Amino acid sequence: MEPKETHAITLNVNDTNYQIQILPWVSLLDVLREELHLTGTKKGCDHGQCGACTVLVDGKRILSCLTLAVMKDGSAITTIEGVADGENLHPIQKAFIEHDAFQCGYCTPGQICSAIGMLKEGKAQTREEVQELMSGNLCRCGANRGIINAIMEVKEGGCHE
Amino acid sequence: MTKLPQIGKPISRLEGRLKVTGSAKYAGEYEAEDLLYGYVVNSTITKGKITVIDTTEAKTLEGVIEIFTHENKPSTAWFDFQYADMDAPPGTVFKPLKDNDIKYNGQPIALVVAATFEMARYAATKIKLAYTEEKFETNLQSNLHKARDTKKGLASMLKPPPPKPTGDFEEAYQNSFVQSSGEFKHGTEHHNPMEMFATTVIYEGKDQLKIYDKTQGTINSQMYVANVFGLKMKNVQVIAPFVGGAFGSGLRPQYQLFMAVMASLKLKRNVRVTLDRAQMYTFGHRPPTVQFTKFGAEKNGKVNAIYHKAIGETSQFEDYVEIVVNWANMLYPAENTLLEHQVVPLDVYSPLDMRAPGGSTGMHAIEITMDDLAYKLNIDPLELRLINYSEKDKSSDKEYSSKELRNCYLEGAKKFGWSNRNPEPRSMKRGNKLVGYGMATGIWDANRLLARVQAIMTSDGKVAIKSAVTDIGTGTQTIMTQIAADELGLRLEDITFLYADSKMPFAPIQGGSFTTATVGPAVKAACKALNEKLFRKAKHLKNAVLSEMKFEDVIFSEGFIIVKNNPETKISIAEIFAANGGKEIKTTNTSMPNPLRYGKKARAVHSAVFVEVEVDEELGIIEVKRAVTAVAAGKIINPKTAESQILGGMIWGISKTLHEETITDHNFGKYMNPNLAEYHIPVHADIQDLNVIFVEENDTFVNDLGVKGVGEIGVVGMPPAIANAIFHATGKRINDLPIHFDKLL
Ligand code: FES
Ligand code: FES
Repeated sequence: MEPKETHAITLNVNDTNYQIQILPWVSLLDVLREELHLTGTKKGCDHGQCGACTVLVDGKRILSCLTLAVMKDGSAITTIEGVADGENLHPIQKAFIEHDAFQCGYCTPGQICSAIGMLKEGKAQTREEVQELMSGNLCRCGANRGIINAIMEVKEGGCHE
Repeated sequence: MTKLPQIGKPISRLEGRLKVTGSAKYAGEYEAEDLLYGYVVNSTITKGKITVIDTTEAKTLEGVIEIFTHENKPSTAWFDFQYADMDAPPGTVFKPLKDNDIKYNGQPIALVVAATFEMARYAATKIKLAYTEEKFETNLQSNLHKARDTKKGLASMLKPPPPKPTGDFEEAYQNSFVQSSGEFKHGTEHHNPMEMFATTVIYEGKDQLKIYDKTQGTINSQMYVANVFGLKMKNVQVIAPFVGGAFGSGLRPQYQLFMAVMASLKLKRNVRVTLDRAQMYTFGHRPPTVQFTKFGAEKNGKVNAIYHKAIGETSQFEDYVEIVVNWANMLYPAENTLLEHQVVPLDVYSPLDMRAPGGSTGMHAIEITMDDLAYKLNIDPLELRLINYSEKDKSSDKEYSSKELRNCYLEGAKKFGWSNRNPEPRSMKRGNKLVGYGMATGIWDANRLLARVQAIMTSDGKVAIKSAVTDIGTGTQTIMTQIAADELGLRLEDITFLYADSKMPFAPIQGGSFTTATVGPAVKAACKALNEKLFRKAKHLKNAVLSEMKFEDVIFSEGFIIVKNNPETKISIAEIFAANGGKEIKTTNTSMPNPLRYGKKARAVHSAVFVEVEVDEELGIIEVKRAVTAVAAGKIINPKTAESQILGGMIWGISKTLHEETITDHNFGKYMNPNLAEYHIPVHADIQDLNVIFVEENDTFVNDLGVKGVGEIGVVGMPPAIANAIFHATGKRINDLPIHFDKLL
């Protein structure tokens, strides 16, 4: 059914408040990309199968393609554009560059947001557990080794937030 | 004060920061005023005619601007050849919305254009359709009797047909000491780059378009659009600085480009068309293929008879060809050979080059047959490769320009610990799991095509290098910058590589592992020409310190022209610019292999692959625990990005062998798993210890840089190495891919 009524919602994205009027059928991913022009968050499937659209909502990693924007009214959202501290890259971002943890770069924002969320969850201790808990983020280029190496370096260096 | 060379250094990707901060923009991400969104409707039948396509209701929805179908499609080019692209196989190119004829399941049949993506997608569901269906065939297996030779065309230049038979295969095979034969199958595979195909068209005024396209060739897309829509080449600009993976899928202009341009021209608006994941399975794939091998060897292990036949799927409108059966005799110098390649036309879309096309298919069959021969001869599989080692490509009777495969075998085996292998199948165990070691050889062509490059130096001593080439994640931008830095004697920071824009000098499509060997030498040549220009200007400077010198007598370093055997004597670039009135100095050069010389030698990259698998027979789990790939690919410009290329290829090999397959329901002629949940590719947990070795290889023949290319070689040896390891672990020869646990039962 075609929704007719727009809803007024507020999203706090990367410390900026956005007031938007939105139809309820619009996903958070599409709001970020098409309305707010924050295209760093990627769409790889739109069905919760690839992880490219991972963002942090109130600190937790979620799939923005499986989330309707209206569900997140009032939430604080961090996208890849808000991960660095100004000019200073986040340690995970630095480690990704250093370990060549990407080729085409399309899965990268999702991998990075997911890694930050995963480290914060504090469940993964070993490399194997990190691999397991990062397995929702696909990389077709096959940058897997670099991605896990980068995350392990930050995890073991203890410099994540 | 000569600066250290950049070539050979593991430089981090120059665009890294853009990629980790989300600032890299891909085709479907460019903003445009009052942008319209297109959503494509695809046919749900496999063959037949559209009898009704009623868009009345859909058009009444708020925000729907227009719906294009075959009934109201604006007119486009008449002739078939106008639709042909740089990678078009012999045949007739598919033309979207041409008429009511349905040629394959998922064929695009309409484009809904609306103010929002959601509305376009919703309106698509309101289109009323009726078809008459016709009988179709999509099953390769049940149509093998229709196999026929392939038509030849332009594409046959890069994809030569199999070599003619040599000797007497039948007799040699019958009389050989041991014989090994096999039948090998793999199903359909789809590229599935993470970024879905998208095109954003900016309507810049009458017949003038700026197009952001997902492509592996900006000029390929530009040419296609200009030809199909009757526009001037100069009025069509195609830009693709970031491509979210392609693996061959971007070698041909895909239908979202056609759709977006058509709508933009008709509506005089900015339009974006993005495909969804299911639609990513509607325009090209690795063709399912059946192969047959028969190899015969003498008692000492020498292979004397090779038969290799491949039958691949193609569409009813194009003869897609890949090189499947040409490899065995390039590696193993048997005197008696019979090599054949045929296709079966079916009611599917044309197959499309997919990473290591043909090579990964053929080497799978060849290297499993070799492994089987080794067991029958009671010779170590590695030893058998060395017994059959050849410095020559027997099939063309040419010497290799370079071939360090022997060292790949030796260094790879050492790193892997091949000597710890007990050859007996099922003899090695770890806990309750069977352990298997397998190895295989990899080979891929080293080609070079024509490219043009422009180099522009400005008065600040900085240089811009321009090429239309893309960087699909291969590291091209970084590598080209390294090459330019060394040739110009400048720092990386002084060089900007401007690329992926059809307005820039010509580069071919990016594929086939030939980009670095094609554009690299062109960059080098343009930089050299720029140096020569600077030198000529320097000679005419008033102080005339260089007037007696020849170009060979000087070097270029950090903004100075320095006399080689008298480094105190030098001229700064700044002086040259001062005398030049500050005007930029530029040059554009064409670079290609010498046609008289280039064909005189065989050119290939090689690899040796060693794999350890663990098989849990009770749970039916197969895991690649370790793999070592040793590669000889000439000069490695950037070991970091090159290693990533090989690792990516190895993971593709694991995927091809153990995970991915598009499954067709032949009752409906339809792919059943067009999504990333059911089309399995390896996840992080599937990837364990992978190692890459680059073996020294000096090649002064292939090109000035001595580079070959690393895009495909990482894939080719993996599938047979894994299958051979599974045989070693379990004693089961499994020739069909992918190997899922049911095949172990
Ligand atoms: S786009 Fe959300 S999981 Fe793939
Ligand atoms: S870097 Fe290309 S998909 Fe991961």
